[in-house]
Amino acid sequence: MSVVPVSYYLVLSAVLFGLGVVGFVFKRNIITIYMAIELMLNAVNLAFVAFARAHGDLAGLVYVFFVIVVAAAEAAVGLAIVITIAHNRRTLNVEDVNLLKF
Amino acid sequence: MSIPFILFFICAAAAVLGAVLLIVAREPIHSALALILVMMSLAVLYLLLGAEFIAAVQVIVYAGAVMVLFVFVIMLLNAGVEVRTNYSKIAKYVGVPLGFFLLLEVAYWMWGSAVGTTVANGAGAVNADAVSTVDLSNLLFRDYLFPFEATSILVLIAIVGALVLAKKGE
Amino acid sequence: MDFIAQHAVLVVSLAKIAVLLFVVMTALAYVTWFERKVVAHIQSRWGPYYVGAHGLLQPLADGLKFLFKEDVTPPAADRLMYVLAPFLALSLALTTLALIPFGPPSVQLFGQPVFIVANSSIGLLFLFAITSIGVYGVALAGWSSNSKYPLLGGLRSSAQMISYEVSLTLSVVGVLLLAGSFSFNGIIEHQYGSIRHWHVWPQIIGFLCYITAAIAETNRVPFDLPEAETELVAGFHTEYSSFKFAMFFMAEYANMITVSCLATILFFGGWLSPFPDSWKWQLYLPGAGLVLLGLYCAYDTAVHMRGIARIQFAVVTLLCFAGGLICLAPSVMQVIQGPFWFVTKVIGFLFVYVWIRGTLPRFRYDQLMSFGWKLLLPVSLVNLVATALVILLRHG
Repeated sequence: MSVVPVSYYLVLSAVLFGLGVVGFVFKRNIITIYMAIELMLNAVNLAFVAFARAHGDLAGLVYVFFVIVVAAAEAAVGLAIVITIAHNRRTLNVEDVNLLKF
Repeated sequence: MSIPFILFFICAAAAVLGAVLLIVAREPIHSALALILVMMSLAVLYLLLGAEFIAAVQVIVYAGAVMVLFVFVIMLLNAGVEVRTNYSKIAKYVGVPLGFFLLLEVAYWMWGSAVGTTVANGAGAVNADAVSTVDLSNLLFRDYLFPFEATSILVLIAIVGALVLAKKGE
Repeated sequence: MDFIAQHAVLVVSLAKIAVLLFVVMTALAYVTWFERKVVAHIQSRWGPYYVGAHGLLQPLADGLKFLFKEDVTPPAADRLMYVLAPFLALSLALTTLALIPFGPPSVQLFGQPVFIVANSSIGLLFLFAITSIGVYGVALAGWSSNSKYPLLGGLRSSAQMISYEVSLTLSVVGVLLLAGSFSFNGIIEHQYGSIRHWHVWPQIIGFLCYITAAIAETNRVPFDLPEAETELVAGFHTEYSSFKFAMFFMAEYANMITVSCLATILFFGGWLSPFPDSWKWQLYLPGAGLVLLGLYCAYDTAVHMRGIARIQFAVVTLLCFAGGLICLAPSVMQVIQGPFWFVTKVIGFLFVYVWIRGTLPRFRYDQLMSFGWKLLLPVSLVNLVATALVILLRHG
């Protein structure tokens, strides 16, 4: 019982993804919702790396690289939008940002 | 009880703990710290899977730059304690258990599959050597050159966009 | 012996970690002494000379003072982060020292290299990873103190650290292109030969960018506005007292030592000697140097010291002579070459650090940020592109 099969990593990835979805649906603070999205992206990265190891194909690692870069770009723009909304609506609660025009 | 086995379980436990803390924490700064814990334990898991360069990139870029950005924004906006709202009863008592049932089903299907039983660490591990950075960069800069250039333009667009958005409208 | 041979990796690693921790903590304490003495002499005064001969026991007195001070926690502070921040800062600063090779990997005990704790093939990348996490120690300290000055100081300091981190990493990539390896031993092996082969000559611009970015990264003068006394009380560690403040203090000096070690490895040949290997007289240098130091200490003891300081300095003299004689023993002579050159170069860098601290005024914050983004980053990028072009043209 001292081997770690790939399925352990995949199950962990699924658990983290599920927890990310729960956080995304149930949280009210916009920054926390964004962090749940990042958690989901990380879970997917883990699945990619596990499969890259299982098949011996390095393309999985290249995809992980791109996911990380795109997540960084998305975080930059997304947080800039969050700052703008916070300044205009003076609230970080997504339930309060429900009108198309202020 | 080999070292990779113990290490896997410690890191998996830390990752799940961090994810649960992310959801349960009342202040966003604690959620951010929990997410950093998840990212660091994932970096160790990548090392166990032999992806040294990706583990280092995860720590430098994701945990060391993206999360710093999150922490800055939380500090600047002074995001306080989260407001507790009433979730719909259906979501709490039917939705979450159904979600976990879906998860269990996926896990069960993966467990017995051919790829699932491939051993990653320990005796009989496939592709047991760490991936060398040379091989990875050969792939990145030859076969995947176009996506590489496209993502660099994407990052440039993101920088310009963030700068424009962050200027208090003139 | 059998047990040790079987579990060589574990036992030797634990021994190395213990020795390294002890040496580094002592070095940290005496870097503070070194800094106070050098800055004092630059400013035409003596510095600490009362506590022990030549002030050599001053770090001990400071350490005891920190231990016995009252530990005050601000009332509305976030307890978990308030306690976590200094631990994070210090533990990360000390972890980086595990990757650094103090001597050649060929010197081995039970099959394990003696002079490096963690011999990794991507050591440089790991070091940068650990450095980039170090930003959190500062940011969390500023936030958790729940007070204006620390928050501003923490935000400014962490913004400065992440800005200069980019230039720091880029200025090193030129060296990576030359050496073709991420591992420290590979980079040092590429500089084998004599002083003519060191990376500082082809990468002089990269070296200057690295030194500037490193001083900014470790929050030292002239880039230390976030913790300057006249500007922000004490910046992000205003609300810390006693042992937690001592931990921040130690973390800053440990970062200084790490950055100096990195500069010697990347640009100045690490543990290689500046003279070619064929000059056999250089084997006597460590021993001869220590004996000369012992002679100077003996002169000082006899002529200048009085009372208890005389006894203390006589002990120092005896230690120098003993060290010198040990270094002249044939079996030790070969082994001590690597660490001797490494330590000499690191002390040289620390002296440059302290010299700059004693001489230059500090930048204003907006000057600091515009310098980092508008001057240092483009120069590092140009250095990288030029290095890549030259390598490409040379090797077709």
